[in-house]
Amino acid sequence: MMAEYSAFSLLANALKGNKDWKPAWRKPDPKASYDVIIIGGGGHGLATAYYLAKEHGITNVAVLEKGWLGSGNVGRNTTAVRSNYLLPANTRFYEHSMKLWENLSHELNYNVMFSQRGCLNLAHTPAQFDDYARRGNAMRHLGVDAELMTKAEIKRLIPALDISDSARFPVVGGLMQRRAGTARHDAVAWGYARGADRRGVDIIENCEVTGFLRDGDRISGVTTSRGDIRAKKVAVAVAGSTGRVMQLAGIDTMPIESHVLQAFVTESLKPFIDTVVTFGMGHFYMSQSDKGGLIYGGDIDGYNSYAQRGNLPVVDEVMSEMLALFPGLARVRMLRSWGGVCDMSMDGSPIITTGPLPGMYLNCGWCYGGFKATPASGWCFAWTIAKDQPHDLNAPFTLDRFHRGLVIDDKGQGANPRLH
Amino acid sequence: MSPRRTDTGGRIDRLKTIRFTFDGAAYTGHAGDTLASALLAKGVTLYGRSFKYHRPRGLLTAGVEEPNALVTVLKGEVREPNIPATMVEIHDGLVAISQNRFPSLAWDINAVNQLGGKILSAGFYYKTFMGPVFGPLKGTRFWMFCEHFIRRAAGLGSAGSAKDPARYERMNAFCDVLVVGSGPAGLMAARAAADQGARVMLADLEPRFGGSANWSDETIDGAPAADWARRTVAQLEGRDNVRLLPRTTVWGYYDNNTLAALERVSDHKEQPGKGEPRHRYWAIRAKSVVLATGAFERPLVFPGNDRPGVMLAHAAERYANEFGVLPGERIALFTNNDSAYRAAIALKKAGAAVVAIADIRPELSPEMRKLAAEAEAEIFAGHAVVATEGGKALSGLKLQRFDMTNGALIGDARSIHADCLLMSGGWSPTIHLASQAGAKAEWNAARQAFLPPKPTQSWIGAGAFTGSFSTLEALAEGRAAGLAAAGGQSTPAVLPVVEAVPGDPDPAPVFEIRAKGKSFVDFQHDVTAEDVRLAHREGFVSVEHLKRYTTLGMATDQGKSSNVPGLAIMAEALGKPIPEVGTTRFRPPFAPVSIGSLAAERFGDLRPERLTPMHDWHLANGATMYSAGLWYRPMIYGHAGETVEQAYVREAKATRDSAGIVDVSTLGKIAVQGPDAAAFLDRVYTNMFSTLAVGKARYGLMLREDGLAFDDGTTWRLGEQDFLMTTTTANAGKVMQHLEYFLDVIWPELKVHVTSVTDEWAGAAIGGPKARQILAACVTGTAVDNATLPFMGIVRGEIAGVPVMICRLSFSGEMAFEVYCGAGHGTHVWEALVEAGKPFGLVTYGLEALGTMRIEKGHVTGAEIDGRTTARDLHLDWMLSKKKPFIGSAMMDREGLIASDRLELVGLIALDNKPLNGGAHIVEEVDEANPHGSIGHITACCYSPALGKHIALALVKAGKARQGTRAHVSDPLRNRFGPVEIVSNHFYDPEGTRMHG
Amino acid sequence: MLITCPYCGPRDVIEFTYQGDGNRERPDPASQNFEAWNAYVYDRLNPAGDHNEIWQHSGGCRTHLRVVRNTLTHEISSVAFAHGGHGSAARRKAEDKS
Repeated sequence: MMAEYSAFSLLANALKGNKDWKPAWRKPDPKASYDVIIIGGGGHGLATAYYLAKEHGITNVAVLEKGWLGSGNVGRNTTAVRSNYLLPANTRFYEHSMKLWENLSHELNYNVMFSQRGCLNLAHTPAQFDDYARRGNAMRHLGVDAELMTKAEIKRLIPALDISDSARFPVVGGLMQRRAGTARHDAVAWGYARGADRRGVDIIENCEVTGFLRDGDRISGVTTSRGDIRAKKVAVAVAGSTGRVMQLAGIDTMPIESHVLQAFVTESLKPFIDTVVTFGMGHFYMSQSDKGGLIYGGDIDGYNSYAQRGNLPVVDEVMSEMLALFPGLARVRMLRSWGGVCDMSMDGSPIITTGPLPGMYLNCGWCYGGFKATPASGWCFAWTIAKDQPHDLNAPFTLDRFHRGLVIDDKGQGANPRLH
Repeated sequence: MSPRRTDTGGRIDRLKTIRFTFDGAAYTGHAGDTLASALLAKGVTLYGRSFKYHRPRGLLTAGVEEPNALVTVLKGEVREPNIPATMVEIHDGLVAISQNRFPSLAWDINAVNQLGGKILSAGFYYKTFMGPVFGPLKGTRFWMFCEHFIRRAAGLGSAGSAKDPARYERMNAFCDVLVVGSGPAGLMAARAAADQGARVMLADLEPRFGGSANWSDETIDGAPAADWARRTVAQLEGRDNVRLLPRTTVWGYYDNNTLAALERVSDHKEQPGKGEPRHRYWAIRAKSVVLATGAFERPLVFPGNDRPGVMLAHAAERYANEFGVLPGERIALFTNNDSAYRAAIALKKAGAAVVAIADIRPELSPEMRKLAAEAEAEIFAGHAVVATEGGKALSGLKLQRFDMTNGALIGDARSIHADCLLMSGGWSPTIHLASQAGAKAEWNAARQAFLPPKPTQSWIGAGAFTGSFSTLEALAEGRAAGLAAAGGQSTPAVLPVVEAVPGDPDPAPVFEIRAKGKSFVDFQHDVTAEDVRLAHREGFVSVEHLKRYTTLGMATDQGKSSNVPGLAIMAEALGKPIPEVGTTRFRPPFAPVSIGSLAAERFGDLRPERLTPMHDWHLANGATMYSAGLWYRPMIYGHAGETVEQAYVREAKATRDSAGIVDVSTLGKIAVQGPDAAAFLDRVYTNMFSTLAVGKARYGLMLREDGLAFDDGTTWRLGEQDFLMTTTTANAGKVMQHLEYFLDVIWPELKVHVTSVTDEWAGAAIGGPKARQILAACVTGTAVDNATLPFMGIVRGEIAGVPVMICRLSFSGEMAFEVYCGAGHGTHVWEALVEAGKPFGLVTYGLEALGTMRIEKGHVTGAEIDGRTTARDLHLDWMLSKKKPFIGSAMMDREGLIASDRLELVGLIALDNKPLNGGAHIVEEVDEANPHGSIGHITACCYSPALGKHIALALVKAGKARQGTRAHVSDPLRNRFGPVEIVSNHFYDPEGTRMHG
Repeated sequence: MLITCPYCGPRDVIEFTYQGDGNRERPDPASQNFEAWNAYVYDRLNPAGDHNEIWQHSGGCRTHLRVVRNTLTHEISSVAFAHGGHGSAARRKAEDKS
């Protein structure tokens, strides 16, 4: 059987005037009940649905999306994929994600354009270089690729980078993960949606959850803008809106604050930089898309927000850091900026767990890491929903770890979500 | 004078000739020309290549919304890519080149992409390039192989790596009324607001105020509209309460009426004036904003609508009236509305032949027929253009009868010979800023346009922005808006009298002519009407999916002219009204903004530099400086020919043998004062401070609220209610905020005041067996003997006439003292100490020797207090008072924080006598090929001159219990593996006999 | 975004540091109620709408402010001293006692 998407199908369809392409996913009306409802038609929700169907044979599943599919952070991030974390729980989880990424286009028969062009963390002092060595060695001891780069090697890789000693924070070296890279963010949502749809999952857009149905203590479904829908299991994967949705379930406080994170893109340029690069003396990261735009960002704005809109101080700071690394970009122009709402957790690490109410499953707290986590998040969440217990990979990402003192704090900032 | 240049009229100065080059060829133009108008005057038709198919493209517009004519402006090695030629004001010496073509604009090899035709339809790349599942190109390799070529073909201009020598600056401004746009509405608003005495700012992205008045053929108060605009601007210029900002694009509308604008101060000059920046970034806080941003004309979508020579109607009107340039000699028009007839008149007046007006509408008003007659143009009512002809310039077009009720084409096509085709598909108000401010646009069926909604912030709209397309309405709305924005009451001046070209503002609801051939919706990104329909077929029907799947509206013009036609085509495919497809929310910036301007003064100067009072002395005395956060600190004072290791070993050894001195001015210092200061410190530190005697210091540890270690340092009790707290250099700011938060928010009843005094004191630590003798030699006013100055004692005295505080405390483990004096006297006192130390062999030492001696002593710093360790992990549990609660005490005993497998501080000794590396991991068994089983990592390491060994501090799982056992360092990153002994972190003089003396 | 500091007047957000949810109650220092401590340290209200927050005017007078701000629109509806500032009721009470 010919794959639905291939060079041959492109040619065959082109000859027929492209009239025969099918919708990437159906637009069904919601049924009265499902085995599993997933709230949130973003990357994680769609991936969860896909893996529930594929790995666990659970196909009587609905994904409910309040707006258009992929309207949240899966379409708003800066597309970096990496597994260069410090702490083992994070490294293992993100490395599992990396392995899924490496075969994702084939698995989904959808080109998500995962391109392993590397991620380089620049170090600006010998002490920081040692810090990165600690991280890189931690990765290597878990079988994850990492290498240190000298200044000269970095200059060869990124000729436009200012590595002069007169820089305010001269580059002394860097930590490179070659298998890291970038992917086309929207394609990930669409690819998972199509994969789930073709396996029988109902993806229902413009369906806002307005409340939860209960059977005694147990969550037994949801009320939505398109009617009540019952389910044996209700999974929440709405990072960015976790506070709002959990409030509907009567849970007012969570170890999460919602913060706005801005992202930026320049006009399209001919190839300028090959890898993802990060600045060590501030918070700045950048890569170049296939279209040629430099895609970059920095810190969250630093206050609770659901507005998907940021303010100028972060804009100015990000541009300043950008020029500290690439002074040749002063005349290049910022084309567009946008904001996404991040679930900032109390230790910078996510939550994938059963509960906190009977019949409910929770996936949230992604901070900056949500996009790269998408495959593993869906994979682990599907496991957790199907088996009513976490997989080893997400076992550390509980909701009660904060109270128990089992935090996974990669940045060592403590219960200060603004700083993770 | 070129044949395309009219003899009179416009904003250009025909007496001033400007010389510039484009793609290496020399051209001339006139002052006031844009690159676009100057080239157009020379008969240039080809300006750029499109993104995907590399199709030849001409000018579509005359302004900021230009999608086709993008150029790179060169200033020496410095490149400014992707600038619309319509926005480049020419000056002598301007060098511009075309882009996204190889080898030349006229012959571009990538134009072969056009042959891909229907295979390269919207989103084709999602469906292919996955490559084989097996073999050497499996995984991501095949895609990356293809991507390599795709990336080279994609992109527009090239960025450079040479540093821009230009300066950028930022201005913060405040005003009562910011008027955005200086057309008739904006000018009227500015005048009305200024008349009320309001502080007014008026910004326009063009170099000349006036907007449409500069190119309309209308008269205001009996004079050409441009004259009225000039007079009004002159009046505004003379007023103290008005600031005029030409060449200024207001690009962002942020919270609380904060607007961001970019002023292109000197781009139009050969050399910037003295002190002039290239760009100035304005952050404007306006009490009220008048949005008079006008409207963008929309193209019509029909086969061949991207041929060079096809242009928006008003753009041609602008070129003729504002620049005195004819875009062609034989001009045809294609329109669905009345506004294009103005262009016919203007071009006729300017000397072109208007050969045909094809109007989609079957019935035309008598006024339009009259205008057509005036232009001597043949009218084709109920007709549409179905094809265009020509290569890199238009040579003709085909017309066919068109039924606008069903889109059917009837009868035979008819050819018309023309070298320029003007099109008008109606107008879209420029509502971007209002949309950024948070408001959702509303569809107006009559205007066939999204109109601005109710304001969500303090703005008022006026003129074409609100869908009021006539000049008379613009003037009236502008006056009302200016008055309201200024909160004015007094009777406004009478409105000017306008003599306007007649016209109905409502277009026919037709966006596309469906016929054979490629019809472009988004010109730059080559998104065709068929691509939009393919998106529909595949279910990408919401407006955001349409955008993302086809890339419609994602080009450098951000869909200024393509969004509405794209939506209309999707709506038709869905059989739904346009507003049900949705509107996209516009994001900042309105138009692309130079990154240099946003960095402004921080370009080339990212962060301030913090220097200690003795900084210059260190430099003059051979110090190699180390950048630590914002601070610079001496790393070593190297002698000629010494390596870093040789230098720090010498410095540390000399200190332990005789004495050494180090600059510790960077330590955080906080004055904690008030009646409750001691009680406050008891709550802040894990150990007691209320029991500390006046004139004594104590080492203290702070935890965070979650029970983990936060910071450490000594705090000196200078008086009953007066403490001087020291913190680590890195945490000075954090600790200050921590203390302030507790005093202000949690314990406001405590009478304590905290003041950061880090910069008030210079500090020097002097240690070693001879340190006391050195002090004795230079300190006056106090003894420094053991009785007067016991361990942790504090005395006041003088050195070289300067009052100093001396505390006997030790980080190095030697008999040591910290000497503090006023920052201004730092170098003086430092020099006196160094001088006094000479007979005793005193050395100056830097961070490396400091670190070496602290490792030998096993003291912790930020590498160990890394936000993940507890007091117990660091063997500081002896400091956890059981007599009182303190910050973190309630949380520090949770299960995770007392687990047996936590990382604990240990010492390591390299058994192979080779250097260790910071960041190396520790394993029980080495496996070089497949490193695994990490039990911890090295936090700091050095060669210890005191021990004669390579040693390290490390955090190791259950480390305390491992003391006395062997393990291995495993550092695959640097290929360093080897055996180590795990020992106590207190390597050197664990009893402290040396410092106690 | 502008925050009107009661001491300094309207100032840009860049001058302020966010200190988060202002609804949290710190238990009595000697309290052994771990649930209350955990809630205080880790659990946050995170409403979509008006939020009661603490901000420090760190680039100005360094006072802590209690700000009611809408998290959907960023509109600020009230600003007060976190504990009434130097003229606060709590502080006055403390001073009266001494």
